[in-house]
Formats: sequence, C-alpha cells, structure tokens
Amino acid sequence: MECGIFHTTYQQDMAFRHTWMEKARLVLLLGFIIIFPFVANRYWLTLANQIGLAAIGAIGLNILTGFTGQISLGQGAFMAVGAYGAGIMANRLGWPIWLTIPAASLLTAGVGAIFGIPSLRLKGLYLAIATLAAQQIIDWLITHWTSLTGGVEALVLRREANVVLGVALRGDRTFYWIIMAFAAATTLFTANLFRTRVGRAFVAIRDQDIAAEVIGINLFLYKLLAFATSSFFVGLTGALTAHYRGIISWERFTIETSILYLAMIIIGGLGSVSGSIYGAAFMVLVPAFITNVGRQFQTTIPAMAQLLPFIQQGIFGIVIIFFLVIEPEGLAKIWRDIKSYFALWPFSY
Amino acid sequence: MDGASERGIVQMAVENLVLHFGGVAALAGVSLEVYQGEILAIIGPNGAGKTSLLNCVSGLYRPTEGRITFEGEEITRLSPHQIARLGIARTFQNIELFRGMTVLQNLMLGRHIHMRTGLLSGGLFWGRAQREEVEHRRIVEEIIDFLEIEPIRKKVVGSLPYGLQKRVELGRALALEPKILLLDEPMAGMNVEEKEDIARFILDINEERGVTIVLIEHDMGVVMDISDRVVVLDFGRLIAEGSPEEVRNNPLVIQAYLGQGSGAYTL
Repeated sequence: MECGIFHTTYQQDMAFRHTWMEKARLVLLLGFIIIFPFVANRYWLTLANQIGLAAIGAIGLNILTGFTGQISLGQGAFMAVGAYGAGIMANRLGWPIWLTIPAASLLTAGVGAIFGIPSLRLKGLYLAIATLAAQQIIDWLITHWTSLTGGVEALVLRREANVVLGVALRGDRTFYWIIMAFAAATTLFTANLFRTRVGRAFVAIRDQDIAAEVIGINLFLYKLLAFATSSFFVGLTGALTAHYRGIISWERFTIETSILYLAMIIIGGLGSVSGSIYGAAFMVLVPAFITNVGRQFQTTIPAMAQLLPFIQQGIFGIVIIFFLVIEPEGLAKIWRDIKSYFALWPFSY
Repeated sequence: MDGASERGIVQMAVENLVLHFGGVAALAGVSLEVYQGEILAIIGPNGAGKTSLLNCVSGLYRPTEGRITFEGEEITRLSPHQIARLGIARTFQNIELFRGMTVLQNLMLGRHIHMRTGLLSGGLFWGRAQREEVEHRRIVEEIIDFLEIEPIRKKVVGSLPYGLQKRVELGRALALEPKILLLDEPMAGMNVEEKEDIARFILDINEERGVTIVLIEHDMGVVMDISDRVVVLDFGRLIAEGSPEEVRNNPLVIQAYLGQGSGAYTL
C-alpha cells in the first residue's frame, strides 16, 4: 500500500513506473508473455499473434488519431501498403524478411505522409473524407495494378523470403516471438515519444493547433511527421502479417479494417498507448469468445451456424455503443479507475 | 535596428497596418512603435482592432497592407512558428491552453523552440534526450515557482479554475524566454486579488527578466498603474498615444469611449 509517491529527482518523476506494485505488475506481464507460448496450444498462439499485430497497428493509429487528433479512415489502405510492399520486395527484389519489414514500414510512412498533406487544410470530418479517398485510391491501385500486385488474386510470398542466416522463420511459435518483440518495441518507443518534445508537440496540435503554432510548432512539419510515424507502425503490422501468413489478399485491407481499428482505439482509449493494446486484445478476444460460445449452442440450436456472424456483429455494435456512452475514455480509463480504487484498499476513505 | 530616440530603442515597429475582412476594415492604417523594455498598453472600445493587431504581429492574420518589423527584421510574411522563434510570445483573450495536458506539459511545450530532441532520439529516450528533458524541466520549475503554481503542476489544465488557467498560459508564454510578450486581456474576468497578482507578475517579468510587454486591457485602473505608455485604438485607427496621464485627458479618447457630447465624464 502506498501512502504517497515522493520523488527526489526529475528522472524518477519522469519514470513510467513509480511504485513497487507497478513494477511487479510489469514483471508479471513479461513473465506471462515469456511463459505463454510454452503452455498455449496453437489456437491460443494464433490469437496472441493476432493481438500483437493488432496492437502495433492500433498504437500506430492512436498516434495519429488519439494523440495528434487527426482522424484517419485510411488505416486499412496503409496496412495494405506495408503488406504488399513487403510481399513485392520479397518476391520481385528477392529481399529477405529482415530487409523487407523495415523497408516496407518506411515505404508506408512515406505514403502516409503524402496522404497526410490534406490535413494541413482539413480538420475533423473533412479530413476523414480525405483519408477515405486514400483508402479508395490505394484499394483501387491494388486491385487494378495487376502486373505489380497480382490484382484480386492473392499474393503468395516466396518461402525463401522468411529465411534469415539459414534459419527459416515460420510457424506460429516463431512468429510469436517476432511479433511480441516488435509489439514491445513499438510500445516502448511510443510511450517514450509522448514524454518528449515531438510527442508533446503532437498532443499540442490535438488540443489547440493555433496555440501550438504560436509557441513555435511548425504545424506543416509536425502533422506530416505524425502521419508518417503512425503509418510506419501501421505498415509494420502489414509487413509482419504478410510474412507471418505468407499470403496476402486485398480483402484484408478494406475500409472495414480501417473502421475496426478506429473502434479498437476508441474502446481501448484514445490517446493512450496501453489503451491501444487493451483495445486490440478486446477486438481479437471478444469475437473469438462469441464464436466459441456460439459453437457450444450449435448442437442444441442448429440455426446457430448461420446466425453466428450476425450475432457477432450485433454484440460488437452494442459493445461500441456501450463504451461511447458509459466510458468514452475506454478500457485504459477503467483500468486506471480500478488501480486507483485499490491503491489504498482496504483503507480508502 | 531603428535609431534610438529619447524613449529608448525601437524593438518593434508597426507601419501603416491595414487588415480587411471582406468589406470590413479591422485595421485602417495603424502605425506604432514598441520600445525595448517598456510596458505598452493598447486600449480601445470593443471591436477597435486590438486583438487583430496582436494577431497580425504573431502571424495569425496576414495584413492587407503595411509591414511589421521586429529588431529591424521584417516579420510581416512570416508564419506564427517562425515569429515565435524570434522571441515573440503571447497569450490569448480566451485561454488557448492544451487542455488535455498537465500544467507541466503545457509549460514544457513552451520550451519547444529551445529543445532539440527529435522523433527517434525521443522515442529511444536515451542519453541526450533524457538529459535535455531534465535540463528544461529545471527551467520550467523556476517558472512554476515564480508564478506560485507548485501545487497544480501535475493537474490537467482543463480541470483548473479560470484564474489559474490564465496564470498557466502566462507561464507557457514565459517558458519561451521571449524578448517581447503580447498579453491579450490577461486579467479579464478576474477578481481584484487575482488582478493584483497578475499585475505583480507582469511588473516582475518586465523588471527582472527585461521583457518588453504589450498588453491589451480593459481595466483602466490597472492600465494606468502599470503601463509606461498607452496607445488607443478606435475603429481600426490609432487615435491617441502617450503617457497614461496624457491619454486619460485626451478628448478624442473620452469621445471614443463615451460617445459625442459627454464631456461630463472622465475615464
């Protein structure tokens, strides 16, 4: 139980974790992540990988929408740039995975910055429409530029692309480590970013863009930087997905994906790094849970098989409305509330 | 830099500034000088163009005609962030703070132009980035001490009462280490005690830090007490200029405030 937190240096004050409770929770979490693949079956491993991938993408989108306040409906398309970028680099240029992943992420960052240019003039709903254009243009390019992307046919990556130093990186367990490493790095990078100069400038743009400009923040530069940084991580998710699955198709990266990710960060918590992760976990686990429960009833209610997708969508919708109404600040806020309730428990008065 | 006169060195000069919004002239040819180290008050009835003038200086509005020079350099066409870098800071009439951030973060943002950390070094938070944070935190803490806002440094700005928000906004402008500070109604909506506090801060900033101050204020008592010089705007024109005493007795000013034929009143 903590009576108060007393810092004696500014470094201590800037730390992410102040109390032994917080540090203990981190150790527990890391321990869980390390032990998990040894006890989990393949199904749970796939779910964990999905969560990791979604978390990277959600953090990316949160950098742009939650922290910098620029709504983006182009998430799916940017992810496609990362995935197809990695796939094409692997197949056409014969690049190995360790090269395609950073290269494809950087490519996405560039594309994101270009589609971020309208944000200098447009805000809110208007910007949302402009990013929707990005989504449509990129979707169209992928399905129609057949010579490069394979069009509506799925793009299958060369198997040799996943070989690093003679070791083939394949399978759920191997990718579990890769995805978790990237997810951890993304989390740490983003958390650091928002306790230093550039990240603060992003948030300043969200809160009051005119004041931000008047204290010397170059709006043009920083908005593009936010688009690029965000798209980098979104592209990273795409590139990792491409190598993990070994096959990519345009259907994974439609406007639906964009909206799914928006829902993720709204449920998790806009402007919260940990919230992005909670949102990602939520969005992967809830449908899985509903599907499993639905299967239980399949024997008793035969119509379940057809109804299941609709029930899934319906519950999803209800959950999103629930969060918007009850807890607009998302899962991150709920978790904060729980922590602050138990901080002095059982003597809180 | 323009030549020195008996009032000192001209730090900023506004020459024949015209600003049109459609058919309306917010500023119709305003010229004035700001001298290094002075406290200059801009007064005038509502809609006289005071805030428009400040917005032109800080680059938020592009004047239709005229030019503004700061320390001999023309700044008329510069964008707001470039002007901030030259050492011109300001506060707003309706507080424009970063509401979702803490007082500390707001003030650290005031240090933005003095810091170097980029995207990558910030994300890695290693060595220099961390040292820089601490270094600037020290400077910000001095401002926090100066403005006596220690207890609220970790509070989210949006949750603070109005008077404190005004103070935080002043702090953010101070964190820029400006050469000239533009204050747009720093005491609007405050009670007497709060006004006295702010007046004391303004005088201290001017004397101890040697910052030139341009302030818009409606409270004549405060204006008369703290300013070295007063200029009066009315319908986008400069109608009077001089010491507080001179301006108070200027018939044009009385007329602007009270209308024609009300000579019985003085300010």
